Parts: sequence; structure tokens; C-alpha cells
Amino acid sequence: MLYREAGQFKSTYAADSAILPIRQDRIGLALILLVAFVVIPLTATPYLFSAILIPCLILALAALGLNLLTGYAGQLSLGTAAFMAVGAFMSYNFILRIPGIPLLLAFAGGGVMAAAVGIVFGLPSLRIRGFYLAVATLAAQFFILWCLTKVGWFTNYNPSGVITAQPMVILGYAFDTPPEKYLLVLSIVTLMALAAKNMVRGNIGRQWMAIRDMDVAAEVIGIRPMRAKLLAFAVSSFYCGVAGALFAYAYLGTVEPEAYNLDLSFRILFMIIIGGVGTVLGAFLGSAFIVVLPIALSTGVAFLDSTLHLNVPSSVGSNLELMVFGGLIIFFLIVEPHGLARIWQITKEKLRLWPFPY
Amino acid sequence: MMWFLRALVGMLLVGTASIAAAQNEQYIPLLSYRIGPYAAGGSGYFGGAIDYFTLVNLNGGINGVKITWEECETEYNASRGVECYERLKTRHGGASTVEPLSTGIAYGLFERVAQDKIPMTTNGYGLAISAEGSVFPWVFPLGTTYWDQAAAMIAYLGQKVGGEANLQGKKIVFMYHDSAYGKEPIPVFDALAARDGFELTKIPLTPPATTQESQWLQVRQLKPDYVILWGFGVMNPVAIKTAAKLGFPRDRILGVWWAGSEEDVIPAGDAAKGYVTAAFSATGTNFPVMQEIVKKVYGSGKGNLEDKSRVGSIYHTRGVTYAIMIVEAIRQAQNHFGKGKVMTPEQVRWGLEHIDLSDARLKELGASGLFPPVKTSCADHEGSGMVKFQEWDGKTFKTLTPFMAGDRALVHKMVEQGAAKYAAEKKLTPRDCGKEG
Amino acid sequence: MQFFFEVLIGGLLSGVMYSLVALGFVLIYKASGVFNFAQGSLVFFAALTFVGLMEHGLTFGAALAVTLLVMILLGLLIEKFVLRPLVNQPQISLFMATIGLSFLIEGLAQLLWGANVRGLDIGIQDEPIGWIADATGVNVSKFDLSAAGIAAVLVTLLALLFSRTRIGRALRAVADDHQAALAVGIPLQQIWGIVWAVAGFVALVAGLLWGARNGVQFALTFVALKALPVLILGGFDSVPGAIVGGLIIGATEKLAEVYFGPYVGGGIEGWFPYVLALAFLLVRPEGLFGEKIIRRI
Repeated sequence: MLYREAGQFKSTYAADSAILPIRQDRIGLALILLVAFVVIPLTATPYLFSAILIPCLILALAALGLNLLTGYAGQLSLGTAAFMAVGAFMSYNFILRIPGIPLLLAFAGGGVMAAAVGIVFGLPSLRIRGFYLAVATLAAQFFILWCLTKVGWFTNYNPSGVITAQPMVILGYAFDTPPEKYLLVLSIVTLMALAAKNMVRGNIGRQWMAIRDMDVAAEVIGIRPMRAKLLAFAVSSFYCGVAGALFAYAYLGTVEPEAYNLDLSFRILFMIIIGGVGTVLGAFLGSAFIVVLPIALSTGVAFLDSTLHLNVPSSVGSNLELMVFGGLIIFFLIVEPHGLARIWQITKEKLRLWPFPY
Repeated sequence: MMWFLRALVGMLLVGTASIAAAQNEQYIPLLSYRIGPYAAGGSGYFGGAIDYFTLVNLNGGINGVKITWEECETEYNASRGVECYERLKTRHGGASTVEPLSTGIAYGLFERVAQDKIPMTTNGYGLAISAEGSVFPWVFPLGTTYWDQAAAMIAYLGQKVGGEANLQGKKIVFMYHDSAYGKEPIPVFDALAARDGFELTKIPLTPPATTQESQWLQVRQLKPDYVILWGFGVMNPVAIKTAAKLGFPRDRILGVWWAGSEEDVIPAGDAAKGYVTAAFSATGTNFPVMQEIVKKVYGSGKGNLEDKSRVGSIYHTRGVTYAIMIVEAIRQAQNHFGKGKVMTPEQVRWGLEHIDLSDARLKELGASGLFPPVKTSCADHEGSGMVKFQEWDGKTFKTLTPFMAGDRALVHKMVEQGAAKYAAEKKLTPRDCGKEG
Repeated sequence: MQFFFEVLIGGLLSGVMYSLVALGFVLIYKASGVFNFAQGSLVFFAALTFVGLMEHGLTFGAALAVTLLVMILLGLLIEKFVLRPLVNQPQISLFMATIGLSFLIEGLAQLLWGANVRGLDIGIQDEPIGWIADATGVNVSKFDLSAAGIAAVLVTLLALLFSRTRIGRALRAVADDHQAALAVGIPLQQIWGIVWAVAGFVALVAGLLWGARNGVQFALTFVALKALPVLILGGFDSVPGAIVGGLIIGATEKLAEVYFGPYVGGGIEGWFPYVLALAFLLVRPEGLFGEKIIRRI
């Protein structure tokens, strides 16, 4: 009863294929945005901003990028972090070498460069599929990081091979405190998420899904697989590139290429699997889950330790955290293989019928 | 298993126990790593630091002020380290100083510590140019930086061939961890190669470098006089073993200090005999302060290392070295701002800039010879620049040289130039150390 | 020329070491279609357990036997609690589950035995064989040659197991088509249990050899990354592919590093095998020996 869509009639195709066809969803999203843009900035602590919210949003953007590629277009990639690195290092160079370039344009430029690189490494997808492709994208992961380490130009010949993000200034306004950085990241992520949602409901998204479900059949009904797949790689890498730039500028500050290692790629892949493959919502849920879970575990262990005076050796605590983390991932995959987004869908079904069981 | 019994007892007592308020304690967050590829080093280092803090507390604290700490597992991962820092910095009335023991995490904290005004130490790693305190007011590469280590290495090799002048025409291979860490000393080696006239060949090792046949075959082809090994983690024992396999003499390999711990040579077995490395702290339990740790801390069951045989191992003494410097800085700050008070981060920074661990003072602390004398100032956040060299004899590291420095004047000039360039890039105005004194 | 051969032989012998790890992946993939990322952690777990038992005073043989039992048990437990509940899920979910599994195993290993780095001596010296060096001037390590021998024995055993025994035939049937195998009365779960136990055994062998080579430490889990290009090159489901792929990857990456690396600043070993494997894939999308995939609508 709480989530009843009866009585909401659609009389045009446009209304039927709207981003949020149901009124409750629109209200819900508006509420979430209200909380994210107004309530949180007024109430959250600096810790929450800089250690949880900002990385959560940035990684959600990267996960969204990967989800477009893997979840919608069906191309498995393990090179996400490398595309993020391209975005970060190219944004740095745009700002460094083009005086007066607007910050957002530099980020977009980083994203476009990442997209270009993504297209190159997407080419093999025309012939290779499945895990063979996944391992092949590892070539991108290792090769790109090697290039960034080797070619001094990318780091402005910094002797240690690191880049230090320039201050973020838009129209003379400097975003340097945690709440300001959060708002900037949030705005970019919100806009790009809406764009993604818009994309996947339209022609492009449907082409991708057709390719994902069966590429031979998609080809038969007139979808050009080359165009669709490469577009998926480009768009996905663009998202990752922007996320990578934000990761450097709004989160870490000074980064070495190693910050974008294979581990990060895996973490982002985790996010979409746990969150839900092929959903925009899943990227956000998964990112929150993967970022917050280890923190919650370690705080939990520390809390138990201090309240119960267990005197657990730190190494035991750390290992237990790791084991529980691994165990929970397996548990979630077994209980809900379609991810957290699926749980939300089930909840919606339940709410629709509430208070009746069926 | 002791912790398990304690856990049971603890659970029984939980009803009556309460957490002590930590308002009159000096709080130090520890961004430790005890799992993952570098766990062995992390547990030894942070174990050593905790052991010394425990000892200070057992002896009544710093003028009565107890030290308190909280650990957070970083897994040597930059984003987890940043989260740990953000989580721990406000606990217990605020962090007084922080030490991440990871280059990647340190980069992530560079701007944060400046904004939060919390001094960060990077003992034995980090950016060499951050020794310039006027540009990096909140970063302290205490002891010796990579650049000074590199200079000292060349000085040592010079000694071996009978004077640095004799390095002319010698061939030296620099084999390095292909990352920010490994590339850091290259400018100094290049400068010294130009000055001394030795031929420098750089061979990168891509981490984790679990096989190195191609690199060592290249080395054999080059027939160098010495190989400087600038590695980390598993690549060190693999390098030593591969050298042995291909018949390159180990006594002509000179390791960086991060390639100079028991963890780096034990896996290589007999192949590591005769291998020489740099070190910023001595090893063993012969120092009075180490004796005290063994007796008082481990004697009362408060020691942090589960494996007691690791007390006095290289990583452990490194941790103790770090802790001694921090405690001394806090003590200096108390001498200036009021004894028996809890110091604010700004005051601790003042202390870190006024460390004066002379030979006499080290002797008082029972740490004479454990590490070189350190004297910091507003401009000099490094304080020593000295390194000693040690040789692995199959069981322990034997000291080869006393603590010695390379061409510090040259390094100092390079640090000044590098820091000035950094300040210009970041549009920073360096503080005027002449005024602050 | 002598130098060329030295690099080539060194590379081929390292390639054998990669193959050892790759074999474990192939076994699991062949029988259950799972890309088991936890194989590297199993290698680490096996080596650490073995060394830990030796430290507790067991003899070499006893430690080997106990570790083997532990590995088989671990394999069976993984099959029962992780893989069985996930049957028929998409491959990517299974892959992710094995990554979760690798965290679990790594945590467990270090919880049981601590994070200390240990040496492991299995009695074979890693030094050049004298008479070969004298005769040809090429250094061939005794250890590497022994490792190659062990790998050869292992592959022969596995080949025999697959082709000559009842279990082997059942395994091949399961690999071909789960449902058809079930229909003709092959006990699927039992077969999967056996495969995981065998994978545990292969992990033990790889763990001992890699552990003796590099020391027993967390970095043993990284050897999995060396095995991945071998897998794509040789095909995920081919035992001979793992061996041939290992040899090709080992030899070419060393040759490339020595002859091509210096021109681009070196350190290309990290990505070169992947790019090479990628180039191979463009010609043969299923790897050298992989089963050809025919797609129908």
C-alpha cells in the first residue's frame, strides 16, 4: 500500500519511458537528493566527509562506469583502475599545461583521454569474449600503469613519479574544505548518474543489452556490434576517467600511479557484483557496501576489544577482519547473486502489497 | 593463545570494567599494517614502537604524562590509510603526530596534515625534499632521507675501493623497485656519477618481481663492480637468490635499508651470506634500552610481538628508534611549554623541530649506537643524514661501518632546489626559519 | 649466442614454474567452469602450513603428509560451502566468490601461522650445475631443472588420471556437459570434490617449489598473476596448454626484457606476457589449445 503505483496512467510513450516512471520513485529520489545536498552538508562530521562520503561517491562513479560496460554491454573488464589513472594524470597535465583551463573542462578532458584509451583496449573485445577478455583487459591495467611510471611527461618529470593535484578552483571559488569537496563531487556524480540512467533507457542502452544477451542475435537484428561495443568501452572509460581525476583531486591529493593498481580494479568489480550487475542503483549500493564494510568491521573489532578488554593482538584482529570480509562477500553472493539492487526490488514488491503478504 | 584466555576473563569482567578517560594522555595514532604482503615488516615496526611507548609508560610516562595510542589496519593501502588517519585523528582529544610507514599513504596525507596541523613523520622513507622544513612545515623525514642514504652508499663504495676518486670508471648497476620509492634516489646517483665519473646503469624491477632471471642476466652481461639493490618486499630475497643462481657474488650487492632486514635475507637462505646493506638503526638486544624492554615490557607480559625471538630484529629496533625520537620530541616540547602537560600537535611540532639527541643524550636513554645523533631545526627536518652498513653472515647482521654520511653538502643543495621548485609549483610561501630560530 | 641461450633456458625454466600454478586453475575450470582466483592463496596456504608444521617439529615427510591432508580437506570444504551453493550462477559471480575466498584463506593462513617470513629448504640447491656450465658456459640451476622434472611428473600423472581412470572419464564427461553427465549417473558433487582436492594437491606442489625459491611469505599469492597470461595463451581448459603456454610466456618475457626492455626503459615483464597473450587471442580467441566455442542463436 505504501508503494502503490495503481492510478498512475501513462498516455504517451515519452511518459512511459521516463527515467523515473513512478511517482514514488520521483519523490524518493528528490528526498535523497535533498538529504545529500542539504542535510548532510549541514550535519556530517569532517571524518564522514573525507573518509567515507567522498571516496564512496567517487568509487560509485567508477563502478557506474564499469557497470555500463560489464552490466549493460556484457564486456567484463579488469582494467578499471588504469582508465581512472589515465583520467587523473591527463587532467593534471591539462591544468598544468593549458593555463586558465576551467577545472571541469580539465576533468572532462581527462575523461575523454581515458575514453580514447578505452577504445584502443576495447578493440580486442570484437574478437574475444568472457574471461579471455577479462584477462586481456589486465594488459591495459599493467601497460597503462607502466607507461605512467616510465614516461616522465605525465608527471611533469617529478623525480618520484607522483603528481600533486592542483587546488580545485571554479570561477574563482576554491573547493578545499571537506564539505566543499563533497558538494563538488556530489554534483558531478549526480549529473553523470542521471546521464547514465538516461543513456541506458534509450537506444544506446538497449543496443548494449542486446549485445550482452546475445551478440550474434543482436547483429542479426541490425545492431552494429563494433560500434556498440566500442561505444560502451568509450563511455565506460569516460566515467572511470572522471572518477579517477576526482580520486586524485578530491580525495588523495598527491598520488603515484600505484594508487590505481589491480586491487582497486577488483574492488570496483566487487562493487558492481555486490551492488547488482546492470543497475545504476547497484553501483551506489555496492560502493557504499565495499567502502563501509571494512571500516565497520575494524571499528567493530576495536570496539569489542576495548569494551570487553579482550586484548586481542592487533594481527589477530586484522586477520579476522579480512576473513569476515571475504566470508561476507561469499555469503552475499550465495544469498543474493543479483546484488543489493535486487534486494531493493524485492522490498519494493513487498511494499506494494503491504500490509498483505500477497 | 594467551589472548584467548584473556578474552574469556575479560568477558566475565566486562560488567564492572569501564574505559578510562584519556584526557591527560598524549595520544598517538598508529597506522599499522599487520596483514598483507608487508605484514612482517609492519608488525615488527609497530610492535617496536608500542614496546617503547609501553616502557615509557611503565617508567611513569613523559614527566608523568602517559602515552596512549590506537591502531588501525591499513594493509599498506593508500585509501585505507587515509581513512584510518581521518578516523583516528580526532580520537582521545586529538592526534599529536602520525607515522604511516608507507610511501603511498604518506602522499595521501601530505596535504591533510598541513590542513589539520598535525605533524607527520616519515622515518626512513618519503620525499627527500620534505627535509626542507621551511617548505614542508608539517612533514618530518626524521633521521636520514633516501637522498642522504644514496650519497652515503656511494661514499661507502668509495671507501671500499680506496677513496671516492677511485670510483672513476667503475661500473655500478642501480636495480630498483619500479615506483616512486625506487625512483626517488636517481637524481642523487646521477649527480654523483657525474661528479665521481662512475658508470651508472639503471635496471628497473617491476613489483612484485617474483622472477628476475632477465635482470640478473643483464647484470652478468654488464659485469659491474657493484649492484645497488633498491627493493622492497619479496623482490629482495628473489634478487639475492637469482644473483646466487647466476653466480654474481653477493658481497658486491649493496642493499637499501628496506632490503636490509631479517625478513629480506632469511628466505634466501645461504645465498644471502656476505650480502651488505645500509641501515638507519642498529640491531640486537645489547643496548640498555632494549634490555629494559626485554626485562620490563616482555617480563611483565606486555610486549607487543607474539614471537619474542623477533625482539631486537631490524624492524623491531626501527620501531623503537622511531618511538625514541617521538618521545624525545614530546619531552623537548614539554621542557619549553610546561612539564607534565599534554602537548598540542603544534607544540609537538615545535618539539620535533628541537630534537637534540646528542651522543650524551643517547647514552642517557640507553640507546647509544642504536641510531645516529639527531639534531633537528626549523629548516632541517631530517637531523642526521647518517647511515651504517652491515653484512649478513647467515645468522645476524654484522656491523661493517659506524654511522657515516655521504656528501651532505651536495644533497642539501639538491633538497633546497627541489623544495623551492615544489613551493613555486604549489604557490607556497616558505616560512622564514631565520625568524623562528 | 651463448647469452641468448642462457636467457632462453632461464625463461623456459621460469615458465615451468608458471605452469605449475596455472595447472591448478585449469583443473578447476575444466571440471566446473569456475575461474578460481583463490588458487594463489591456496599455494600460499599450503606452503605456510607446511613450514609451520616443520617449525612445530614434524619431519619433512610427516609435514608433507599432514599438509596434503589439510589441502584435500580444504578443497572439499570449499566445494561444499562455496561452490555448491553457487551452482548455475553466472561465471562472474563465481569468480567474485573465489576472490572473497582468497581473502578468507589468506586471513586464515596468517591467523594460524603468523605473518613472519620464512625460508624453506627442500634439499635442492638453487645453484648452477657444474658440468653443464663447464661444457657449454650456460648456467642451468639444479633447482629449476628439478622443478621442471617435478612438473613433468605431475602433468603425466594428471594426464593419466584424466585419460586412463574411471574418475578421469567421469571428469571429462562433467567438463563436457554437467547435465548430460548427471543424466547418465555420474555423481557430480563427488567429482567436483575430487577436482578441488586435486587442485589442493597441485597447490601444495607449487607452494613448496615457489616457497623454496622465493621464501614462504604473502607474496606467494602474487604468483597467480604470473599464471593468468599462461592461461589465456594456453586456453583455460587445457592441461597441455598450461605447460606450453608457460614455456612460451616464460621464454618470451625474458627475451623481451633483455633485448627489447632497455630501449623503452625496462620493466616490461609486468605487461609483456599479457600483451603477447592478447596478440595470440586475436588470432585464436580460445587460446592455443582451448576448446573452440561455437555460438548459435
